Amino acid sequence: MSTQYSVIGTRPVRHDGADKVTGRAIYGADFQMAGLLHGVILRSPHAHARILSIDTSKAKAYPGVQAVVTADDFPEAPDKMVDLGEGETPLSHIRGNVLAKGKALYRGHAVAAVAAASLHDAEEAVKLIDVQYEVLPCALTAPDAMKDGAPILHESMRTKELGQKTDRVSNVAEHFRHVLGDIGAGFAEAEAVVEREFNTSTVHQGYIEPHAATALWNNDGRVLVWCSTQGSFVVRDATACVLDIPVSQVKVTPTEIGGGFGGKIPVYLEPVAAILSKQTGRPVKIVMTRRDVFEGTGPTPGCYMKVKIGARKDGTITAAQAYLAFEAGAYPGAMVGPAGMTVFAAYDIPNVTIDGYDVVVNKPSTAAYRAPGAPNAAFATETLIDELAEKLGMDPIDFRLKNAAKEGTRRADGPKFRKIGCVEVLQAMKAHPHYSAPLGGPNRGRGVAIGFWFNVGLQSSCTIAVNTDGHVNLVEGSTDIGGTRTSIAMQAAEVLGIPVEQVQPVVEDTDAVGYTAVTGGSRTTFATGWAAYEAAQDVVRQMKERAAKLWAIEPAAVQAERGVFSSNGHSITFKDLATKLATTGGPVVGRATVNPRGVGGSFAGCIADVEVDPETGKTTVLRFTSVQDAGRAIHPSYVEGQMQGGSVQGIGWALNEEYWMNPQGTMVNSSLLDYRMPTALDLPMIETKIVEVPNPGHPFGVRGVGEANIVPPLAGLANAIYHAIGVRMNRLPMNPPAILQALWDKK
Amino acid sequence: MATVFIPALLQGLTGGRSKLEVAGATVGEVVENLDRAWPGIADRLVEDGRLRTNISVAVDGEVSPMGLLEPVAAGSEVHFVAAISGG
Repeated sequence: MSTQYSVIGTRPVRHDGADKVTGRAIYGADFQMAGLLHGVILRSPHAHARILSIDTSKAKAYPGVQAVVTADDFPEAPDKMVDLGEGETPLSHIRGNVLAKGKALYRGHAVAAVAAASLHDAEEAVKLIDVQYEVLPCALTAPDAMKDGAPILHESMRTKELGQKTDRVSNVAEHFRHVLGDIGAGFAEAEAVVEREFNTSTVHQGYIEPHAATALWNNDGRVLVWCSTQGSFVVRDATACVLDIPVSQVKVTPTEIGGGFGGKIPVYLEPVAAILSKQTGRPVKIVMTRRDVFEGTGPTPGCYMKVKIGARKDGTITAAQAYLAFEAGAYPGAMVGPAGMTVFAAYDIPNVTIDGYDVVVNKPSTAAYRAPGAPNAAFATETLIDELAEKLGMDPIDFRLKNAAKEGTRRADGPKFRKIGCVEVLQAMKAHPHYSAPLGGPNRGRGVAIGFWFNVGLQSSCTIAVNTDGHVNLVEGSTDIGGTRTSIAMQAAEVLGIPVEQVQPVVEDTDAVGYTAVTGGSRTTFATGWAAYEAAQDVVRQMKERAAKLWAIEPAAVQAERGVFSSNGHSITFKDLATKLATTGGPVVGRATVNPRGVGGSFAGCIADVEVDPETGKTTVLRFTSVQDAGRAIHPSYVEGQMQGGSVQGIGWALNEEYWMNPQGTMVNSSLLDYRMPTALDLPMIETKIVEVPNPGHPFGVRGVGEANIVPPLAGLANAIYHAIGVRMNRLPMNPPAILQALWDKK
Repeated sequence: MATVFIPALLQGLTGGRSKLEVAGATVGEVVENLDRAWPGIADRLVEDGRLRTNISVAVDGEVSPMGLLEPVAAGSEVHFVAAISGG
């Protein structure tokens, strides 16, 4: 903890802790109100099919059924771009994904919905909807979907190349290219070159709480929504666009959220619940099953990559080249752009070429997942970096340090890095006792890897009202996923000079707080924290005015330090001054809105020890250390929690998780029994080392810590497996069958 | 004058030039001036009076929340990059 702060860097109990550990917190599925109906969605059994007809008559006649809707019940508003806070999406894609029209583009694509008095009635009635399909051939991987003659998902789609629409009818939505230096000259200079192809599977964020939403189309014409989301304003704006009503006609109240990781940014249920409510005049709640979540929401892309890196004998990397083809799922947006921007971002390489392809396939439309695109890309790069270090006879961390990106390093996509902590993270890895600890046994190996994520800024709002007992109410709009109520409150408390326990943070609905973008992109402690910092400064300014009134002096003559206002012999605490608000001018409310610059990217690294059983192919993680540059760790426990969570998700992605698809495009492991996420019993304690290279762009130096930690584990484990059994894994997941196959191939 | 880095896929419009010195007090003005010298570039970057979806502009390494309205100083570096979102 830094001595310059009273609150920043401490580990207070989270404000929402009591409600969460006692079960009082209200999550999406917990929501109840009088007259509530239950909705159930009918999903396509085919991965690619033309919808010839939908007959809802039998379902409508089922006892208890109040309404049945299809895409035809949505207004036919002209297509337009919808700003979802982190970027724009065509309305037609949002609407088409919420309820399919014309074609079902993946198994699990929503086709119709029923609202009934009981969940059981709705489940029975939905089976009576008669949909006639013309089943079409499907394309399930990027390479397959890019082949000549591949089934085309969107007949009107043409490949775009930076704003230029080509005449190619294709499943490739977009192609981009980054070029730096002279790739030919760079490889000509190289004395060691490694090149491999890599494939990764579709994986899901795996949040424990399934999606849940309740909507009431009120008699006054307003649509009220209660839902589990990473961004209430995103839900408001997307729902309003799909329903073709003004955004001010929609009010969204975020419930508590049981995980999101990027997957709870898109809307799936809210417009459907709203249209069912409009037809019935009653509130309608829809809760997904786990199978709905796997089949009907956005996982992160599988991909095909071909990457090549060359270096001189002295360990200087001279050139790097990447071909990245990412599966977008049913609609464009495969996160291949960030993959292309991060694939070589950790290194200072003078000659680089990167080609990226955003490819639609007959799988659920992908969504963000912690540092979207970067883990896939780092799996390829960091595996090759390890291989190159071995070829050159260098320690893998020393090799990375020799080429590490620093302030002023130009990335392949153009801009130069500002202040970053890549070198400091590598130095912390090298110095960590884990790196030099003995492995102690056969078939054991140690791997390291690093990764980068940009983080984002975006808009946030905050108000702080002073109570007469010296406590303050802090109103914000950022859904609290990982303890951000407290990390935001701590920044306000630091400015106000009061204990964080005297700040009561509240996450409010879209009517009660100014626009606030999603809790995502590692932005909340950075941006909403900054809004809280500014709102607290506004409170301090007003409190100085009140103190000045008491002492009949100018406000500029009042100093504020650690919760005490003073001037020339006068002194009063924040708490005592709060008792005098009514007589000095009335309530004090600070406010701030921000759309901040100064975003600071974060580097992370991992050290992983594994033991591989050559008989079964099973990999056991023996020890795992996560290292990350937090900029400034506002609440170190929550930073460590993010590092541990991201590491565990990365381990699952590396070793077990995959959408196991049959040739017809059906996911055959759509339960948490068969989709094998790691549990506490599978893993050692994840060790953490926080590095602090303060971000000069933020008042407290915050960088954002929610994502970079998931980037290194995929390659870190691949490298550890190589050092254990001598096979380079180039396909995820590295599960027992894959390991055994690799061992047999080696023989 | 600002230094504008031309994305690889637009260099066909600039005779293969990857960097150009361009006048302009804002990104919008820079794009207008760029388009005067190398017609067609504005159409690839701008749609309906703003940067195209999925394109952001970075000035001196900082991705701007203001897009075409972002001020540009003499000697600034201007890059057109993919818009970033996170999880």
